[in-house]
Amino acid sequence: MSPTSPLLFLILVPLVAAALILLGSPARFTSLVASAANLVFVLFLVAFYQFGSELPYQFVSMWPVIPSMGISLTLGADGLSLLMLLLTSLVTVAAVAVARTPEKNGQWFHACLLFISAGGNGAFASIDLFFFYMFHELALIPTFLLIGIWGSGDRQAAAWKATIYLALGSFVLLLGLIGLYLIQPDGMRTFDLRAIIGLADAGFLLPADWVYLLLLIGFGILVSLFPFHTWAPQAYASAPAPAAMLHAGVLKKFGLYGLIRIAVPVFPEAVVVFGNLLLVMLVGNILYVGYITISQRKLDWMLGYSSVMHMGYIFLGFAALGVLSLTGASLMLFAHGLSIAALFALSGELRERTGTLDFAELGGFAKPMPAFGLLFGFAAFAAIGLPGFVGFAGELLIFFGSFVGGEPLMGAVAGREIFLLNNYQIATICAVWGVVISAVYMLRAYRRVFFGPLNDRWSELPEISASARIAVAGLIVVMLVTGFFPGLLIKLIESAQI
Amino acid sequence: MIPAIALEIFVVCLGIFLLMADAFQEKLDKRAIAWGGIIGLAAVFALTFFVRADGSAFGGFYLNDPLAILFKRFALGAGIVTLVLSLEYAPVLECQIPGSKPGAGLGEFFILPVFTCVGLMWMASAADFVMIFCALELVTISFYIQVAYARKNVASLEAGTKYLILGALSTGFLVYGITWIFGMTGQTSLRGISIVLGMVPEASQTALLFGLGLVLVSIGFKIGAAPFQFWVPDVYQGAPTPVTAFLSVGSKAAGFVVLIRVIEPFLIASAIAAKLVAALAFLAGLTLIYGNLAAMPQTNLKRLLGYSSIAHAGYLLIGVASVGAPFAGRAVVFYLIAYFLMTFLAFLVLVPVAAASGGDEISHFNGLGRRAPGLAFGMLISMLSLAGLPFTVGFLGKFFIFEVAMRQGHFVLVILGIVTVACGFYYYLKVVRAMFWQPAPEDAPPITVSGLTRFAVAFLAALILILGIYPAPILQFLL
Repeated sequence: MSPTSPLLFLILVPLVAAALILLGSPARFTSLVASAANLVFVLFLVAFYQFGSELPYQFVSMWPVIPSMGISLTLGADGLSLLMLLLTSLVTVAAVAVARTPEKNGQWFHACLLFISAGGNGAFASIDLFFFYMFHELALIPTFLLIGIWGSGDRQAAAWKATIYLALGSFVLLLGLIGLYLIQPDGMRTFDLRAIIGLADAGFLLPADWVYLLLLIGFGILVSLFPFHTWAPQAYASAPAPAAMLHAGVLKKFGLYGLIRIAVPVFPEAVVVFGNLLLVMLVGNILYVGYITISQRKLDWMLGYSSVMHMGYIFLGFAALGVLSLTGASLMLFAHGLSIAALFALSGELRERTGTLDFAELGGFAKPMPAFGLLFGFAAFAAIGLPGFVGFAGELLIFFGSFVGGEPLMGAVAGREIFLLNNYQIATICAVWGVVISAVYMLRAYRRVFFGPLNDRWSELPEISASARIAVAGLIVVMLVTGFFPGLLIKLIESAQI
Repeated sequence: MIPAIALEIFVVCLGIFLLMADAFQEKLDKRAIAWGGIIGLAAVFALTFFVRADGSAFGGFYLNDPLAILFKRFALGAGIVTLVLSLEYAPVLECQIPGSKPGAGLGEFFILPVFTCVGLMWMASAADFVMIFCALELVTISFYIQVAYARKNVASLEAGTKYLILGALSTGFLVYGITWIFGMTGQTSLRGISIVLGMVPEASQTALLFGLGLVLVSIGFKIGAAPFQFWVPDVYQGAPTPVTAFLSVGSKAAGFVVLIRVIEPFLIASAIAAKLVAALAFLAGLTLIYGNLAAMPQTNLKRLLGYSSIAHAGYLLIGVASVGAPFAGRAVVFYLIAYFLMTFLAFLVLVPVAAASGGDEISHFNGLGRRAPGLAFGMLISMLSLAGLPFTVGFLGKFFIFEVAMRQGHFVLVILGIVTVACGFYYYLKVVRAMFWQPAPEDAPPITVSGLTRFAVAFLAALILILGIYPAPILQFLL
């Protein structure tokens, strides 16, 4: 037993607030207070984090749960975890702020949102892989209920598909984690990530590429890695805006976070062995899904696909395994979480007003809703990765890092030695082309929604509500500040134990 | 400190006492009998903590080890919950049995589970094929009566007939198998078999395997493993609901205890062990596929739970097929306890809802989230645990099973396992969908629940969550 970690607070606050809401406390107010408290708390944690300390994981506490299997509820945070916790609490505040309490079962709606937030916090604050996994699953059923009850469109099919797909993915991941447990030497087996990395560094782990493959597929399904991405766009299109924000912005990052956390230190060789496989899949994410995104006729579907597509960049940063590219990938986790949350918040607001997100029916909205248009423009530029936003820093680091990834390939032309492109470089070139693709679809969407002739029936559209305006503007401000000063975040990431 | 055998004697006495009370106290409210049974069984449950945990009785027929004690508690707990369910179910049952006076014929319905409970307790301690057979018959015969108890209900009668005929058949298999094993080894006691087994000549091994196979068929029938599962859906749907619950938990658990005990001596001979494990793995795979696929299109909750019990038998069989891995026994027993909690919880919610809504189709649960939030929450936890969602005890059960299976290299079974888990999410969430997505019908009657049932629902739901996060209280018994 060790002193209680302050991180426990982050998990318990949303859970207690959810319980209070179900017992009759005012839903919106309680969830706002709880999420704001969490945000303030995370900022304090960042302030008290000791950079450059010997121990990357701080605020550690440990409660043994199944000692015979080395499972304990171990909480702790290093720089990367803190970054993700910051993301979680920022997006939660924004999601709760834009949430409209539905008429039927409003208390369940807010409780579900808080459950997702608690799950995200728990996963990012866990050092023990077993609880890391368990906390992530806490969000599965709230998502199912949120999409199924309060979603739009073909919500039932979307909820079923996403839930079953994610359940399958998480059980594949569970097998991977059990495999990771079993390849440790008997008697030293544990789920504590720090100990596992220690064993890996000492060379005590049995060589087992299949474990990495299970982890890659399991995490890959959760992150919507091509070709396991088909659950995501439909689910995000149908989900109510706060649920889409939390899921696309926070939960989906869990898989990549897990890969960076586990696979990079434990299976660096396996990552290289299966490098080409992963490169093909992530180029599928960027190019194939990218072109699908261009062809979408509805804003919500387009955003859903775009969130799938952007995962490709982060996978690229992971696959290249360099310090530069991993830093970029971590930065992109944060950047993409904020930008996609802002975009889903805005598209949810738009759906509230118009009832449709079909591009053919929209147009000219900049006139009745100038502030809305401005915010959407900022969010869209942030998603493309325009300089000035944190996404730019992330993409740049990834591209630089992945271009030097792999073994340099030499060839000879007419007796003179020249450089050839290796697979990482080819993938990087595809990814750079992906930026163009994302610019195309984002700008086209912007044009179709906000410019052009205004349909008469939309002439009286109300301007964006104050709370949503503050929430989205807050997200954009964070992206701008960290975009101009990415050093703030990179300092955090550097102190992480990757 | 009391000898373990006293527990069974107490419960038998309790049953006889209740029978007498029912027979001679005509004015007695029949519910008092159920209460008497609950309190009596609870008292014996408390006594299990003061039992000498060693030794045997009846010249090796009766074995008392920690596993046996644990399963005695399991059986007593199952008996108690069944009586709680029966109390809740009594008004429904009264309309389905012929009787001139109100409450006529209800008494035995509350008493028979007590005798079944004794049978289960004997079975937990049985260390000899003769003893196993007798205990099994005590359980099965009392179930024959209970399944067909609703005499005015054709479905119940049909279920009773099916169960009787197939049960008798499986008994035949068991006896026949035992005679073959006895013929080859000259022993009926499991300990004796394990001693003699090494001396059995090569030529007789086929005969021994044949006998063991017959015993496996019979046990497969009891636990509802494919391909011996065909009685399960009809019997579960037709039987009175408390009996279904008891059957699906008690009978299955007893079957697994017998299975664990019976295969233990045969694992010493490596030639037999390899074939035995292969057969168990085959059964496990078949059961998983059949149970989960057949559960998907079901619309009746009782029938769905019947198929789900087949599916869970599949996961349990994975654990049994992984014998040899350290903790394999622990994984199976933990899963059984998890299965106990979540299945009984589902039935505890099903009984009052079905009584109020007039049927046990899944559609009768529409809008339960608003009609009765407490019950809906209990059902939600039960379904999520059955599906295997983390933070419930059902997830830990699956985790332990998969862990031992991967240790033993049963990769095909594990992959089958996770694919079928995904199927499970579909059919369990169908119930969740009905409760929370679908609107309640306009004329939905209010649901009344007794305080006892309410307490039981809250208690089991809390246990599922607490043990799902902190399983140490159970695990420490299993080491």
